[in-house]
Amino acid sequence: MKANERTYVIVALFLFVALIFIGRLFFVQIVEDSWKLRSIKITERTVTQYPSRGLIFDRYNNVLVGNTAVYDLMVVPKKVEPFDTTYFCKILDLTKEDLIKKLKKARKYSRFKPSLLVAQIPAYNYADIAENMDKFPGFYSVPNTMRIYPDSAAPHVVGFVSEVNSKTVKNDHYYKSGDYIGVSGVEKKYEKVLRGKKGVSYMLVDVHNNVKGKYMEGRLDTASVSGDNLVSSIDLELQKWGEQLMKNKRGSIVAIEPSTGEILALVNNPSYNPNLLIGRQRSKNYSRLLVDTLKPLFNRALQAQYPPGSTFKLLNGLIGLQEGVITPYTYHSCYGGYSFGRRKLGCHSHRSPVNLLFSITTSCNAYYCNVFKDIIDKYPNAEAGYKAWRKHVVQFGLGDRLHVDLTGEAKGLVPKTTYYDRYYNKGSWKPHTIISLAIGQGELGVTPLQMANYTATIANRGHYITPHVIKQIGDSIIDPNAFGRHQTDIDRANFDLVVDAMENVILNGTGRGVKYDDTAICGKTGTAQNPHGKDHSIFIAFAPKDNPKIAIAVYVENVGYGSTWAAPITSLMIEKYLTRSTDRPRIEKKMLEANLLNN
Amino acid sequence: MDRRSTNIFRTVDWTLLGMYLLLVFMGWLNIYAANYDTEHPSIFYAGKEYGKQFIWICIALVLGLVILAIDSQFFKDFAFIIYIIFTLLLVAVLIFGKEVNGAKSWFGVGSFGIQPSEFSKIGVALALSSYLKDFKPKFGKLKPILYSVGILGVPAILILLQPDAGTLLVYLAFVLVMYREGVTGNIVLFGISFLVLIIATMSLIVYETTLFDDSIKLNGLTILTFVIFVIAALSFFIIKNYVLPRARKKTQQKLILVTIVSVMCIWFISFVYHSDKILKPHHKSRIDILFGHKEDPSGAGYNVNQALTAIGSGGFSGKGYLDGVLTKFKYVPMQSTDFIFCTVGEEWGFIGSSIVILLLMGLILRLIYVAERQRSAFNRIFGYAVACILFMHVTINVGMAIGLVPVIGIPLPFFSYGGSSLFAFTFLLFIFIKLDSDRLTKLS
Repeated sequence: MKANERTYVIVALFLFVALIFIGRLFFVQIVEDSWKLRSIKITERTVTQYPSRGLIFDRYNNVLVGNTAVYDLMVVPKKVEPFDTTYFCKILDLTKEDLIKKLKKARKYSRFKPSLLVAQIPAYNYADIAENMDKFPGFYSVPNTMRIYPDSAAPHVVGFVSEVNSKTVKNDHYYKSGDYIGVSGVEKKYEKVLRGKKGVSYMLVDVHNNVKGKYMEGRLDTASVSGDNLVSSIDLELQKWGEQLMKNKRGSIVAIEPSTGEILALVNNPSYNPNLLIGRQRSKNYSRLLVDTLKPLFNRALQAQYPPGSTFKLLNGLIGLQEGVITPYTYHSCYGGYSFGRRKLGCHSHRSPVNLLFSITTSCNAYYCNVFKDIIDKYPNAEAGYKAWRKHVVQFGLGDRLHVDLTGEAKGLVPKTTYYDRYYNKGSWKPHTIISLAIGQGELGVTPLQMANYTATIANRGHYITPHVIKQIGDSIIDPNAFGRHQTDIDRANFDLVVDAMENVILNGTGRGVKYDDTAICGKTGTAQNPHGKDHSIFIAFAPKDNPKIAIAVYVENVGYGSTWAAPITSLMIEKYLTRSTDRPRIEKKMLEANLLNN
Repeated sequence: MDRRSTNIFRTVDWTLLGMYLLLVFMGWLNIYAANYDTEHPSIFYAGKEYGKQFIWICIALVLGLVILAIDSQFFKDFAFIIYIIFTLLLVAVLIFGKEVNGAKSWFGVGSFGIQPSEFSKIGVALALSSYLKDFKPKFGKLKPILYSVGILGVPAILILLQPDAGTLLVYLAFVLVMYREGVTGNIVLFGISFLVLIIATMSLIVYETTLFDDSIKLNGLTILTFVIFVIAALSFFIIKNYVLPRARKKTQQKLILVTIVSVMCIWFISFVYHSDKILKPHHKSRIDILFGHKEDPSGAGYNVNQALTAIGSGGFSGKGYLDGVLTKFKYVPMQSTDFIFCTVGEEWGFIGSSIVILLLMGLILRLIYVAERQRSAFNRIFGYAVACILFMHVTINVGMAIGLVPVIGIPLPFFSYGGSSLFAFTFLLFIFIKLDSDRLTKLS
């Protein structure tokens, strides 16, 4: 009998097991981190506190974009008991099939965790539901906010928000699936300011995901910070007036305060009601707008590129004066147009010869063909001349993006020499090859915003502030110069000559209809040739002549001369802005009621 | 002599008693933590498990004192009677017991229940000690082995019928006792291997996995068969190299026989399990519950995962008493009974759980030490039985909580909530303490 030996075997076995257990515990509790991570993962739930998005006001503190209370209806499938589905569907405006589908999806996700059943139930609908909530165990609602546009104004300025896409969620950790983000306009450009800061609270949950209290008594929690409110430079009243005037027309109005570059109104038509792009119908409505043949989502003011037409003569006059190829007393003759080689660029009949003042007042083509040719010919070759000319042009903010604080801005087009080299071979193009630039036709492409900015530059007699729509973030007012101040190389004296001529346009020339009282308005008509149909009517103006308060560009597509439609609309806009009212019923009625969409 | 018999506390082994009291107290604290309820913060609140456990502890202590007051000769004389009574209780529970979780192992008395299988261990330990004490020199013979197996077998089969796999496994403890008393090592090895084989088969019977992709499906028994062949092949080479040539052929024959029997056994069990005629559906579902085939609500290993998460998140020094988040919020199933060790692991960390393991093992080793100093074979065998039973419980229970042993529900001695198991362990320990304290008087 080897009792002792066997005792040692048994004792060794016991010690061996104890050693294995302690070794295993060492690994599980000290070496491996995965169990600790899993413990945190399963016992904590982060609850995001959503900040309310910043509001957007107009320049007189009217609400352009507001928030409204909505409710998200959540469901915890495990807690649902049989309920009156017919009634439930009725108050929620759901079909029974929809409801069954949604419940099934929620159950598939988790029986214990809450799922979103119906998002963004408007407050007025919610009242019905709240009263009857006790009849629907397992359902509860979470308050939320939604964008609202009290006056449905300026959709192309304010833009809109929508749920983030999966790409954004992947690239930017701030966003979680289901969050909202600005996707266009101010909502996008100022997203980081508007969105505020999300708060997080860490909750402890039990195995059924019931909240059991705060993690570490909430010491790690952060409160949400509301987004900053924005004050826009938009004048809501003027904006709405412009939208009314442009109803049933195709075109755009942009008005700028020249001294600050603040955009006072930015009107497009066809347009849309921004209230369509909120709430549960958002995506359905958005798809509808996308396929609408009137293209209501197209932001003409920033994206449509038209030739500037005769409004461009002001610029050629300025360059001519600056380059010294003309003086106020330089005369050019015009007998029905400008002849070069065997070709002729026509002009309407007026007296001849023509000086700077009269050329602008009557919008003479021949005068500017001569000026343009002289500018180019001043230099040793066409290329050098064109470059000198173009340098002046781009200083007015043409041919490239202005970098307005909005989305989707187009560059416009003021061709470089290389452009013509490609078409006509280097060295073989001459002033006459590109003579249509003299009268603002040809290859030129200018957006209404650029046109308004060009007008503002003239109004400022030589400089412009980058146009913008936001003037104040939270409590801090932005210095307009921070957006950028751009000086042209043209002397102030030359501007004074052109501005005098622009005043004469209103007093004696093509823009006679614009005058409404003693206010000195300076303007210029334009007609953009349109290869696809009737010409576009253009009018630019600023007022008053001294210390201008508003510079404006109006485009009305396919309606012919600038004086017919664009000029009266310009006049009504200026009057509205400067006097806060208009009292010209006959012309107002004509403008408001005109339906020019089918021209 | 008189002094000794009048004052039992002079002769009891205070180390054992102290360890016992410490473990029971720690168990109670952990049950409190596992069920902590801010509405009833008193540890004595009888509406909660911790309050009830306090009552069980008090009763256990009284019962312990009663045992210490009984003459130790009583246990020797009445060993078989006690064995028979407890075995009859096992029969009775099969007839009158109430079914809990598919097993008929409880007598319901109002809201309280008694689990006879916990007590049957005491009977077996006494009966085995009583029987083996006279056979020591010739224990290699077949007859005493068969008798011993008979003493074990009857309650084992009754427990299997409940079915209660955990308690059945604990009976392996008696194999260790027999080993100590001189049964040949091969028989122990064979017995253990056979049991392991059966349990492995039952555990893997519905297991299925895929190799590389879905095209190759493997079920658990195929894997098990494969493993047996690998072991057999390895053994074959070991025999070839290390066994003396004259014994080699016979050993090889034995190996082949064992291999064939093992594989046949696996597939026989599988056949029985899958046959609708032999096994009725409710029997089958009992087996499923027993081996955890149906207990997993969130897929395989849910319990173990939750338990490991609780223990692993405790870290070095734990989250602090009553600060175990997983414990408090009921992430671990059965946390005051089978998974009580998770509370220790989460709240007391590596230090605390090591201390608990060392304390339990210390108690067991102390039992062995005390058993070895007995002059009476009965006392020694009984001491080994107590030590081995505790060892099996600790091994299975803690092993299960830390994911080394399949999930088999048995209590952690002195820790787990429950009157039956606490009483049974108290009886076992206190009978032995009494036997030990009387060792000088009785044999002199």
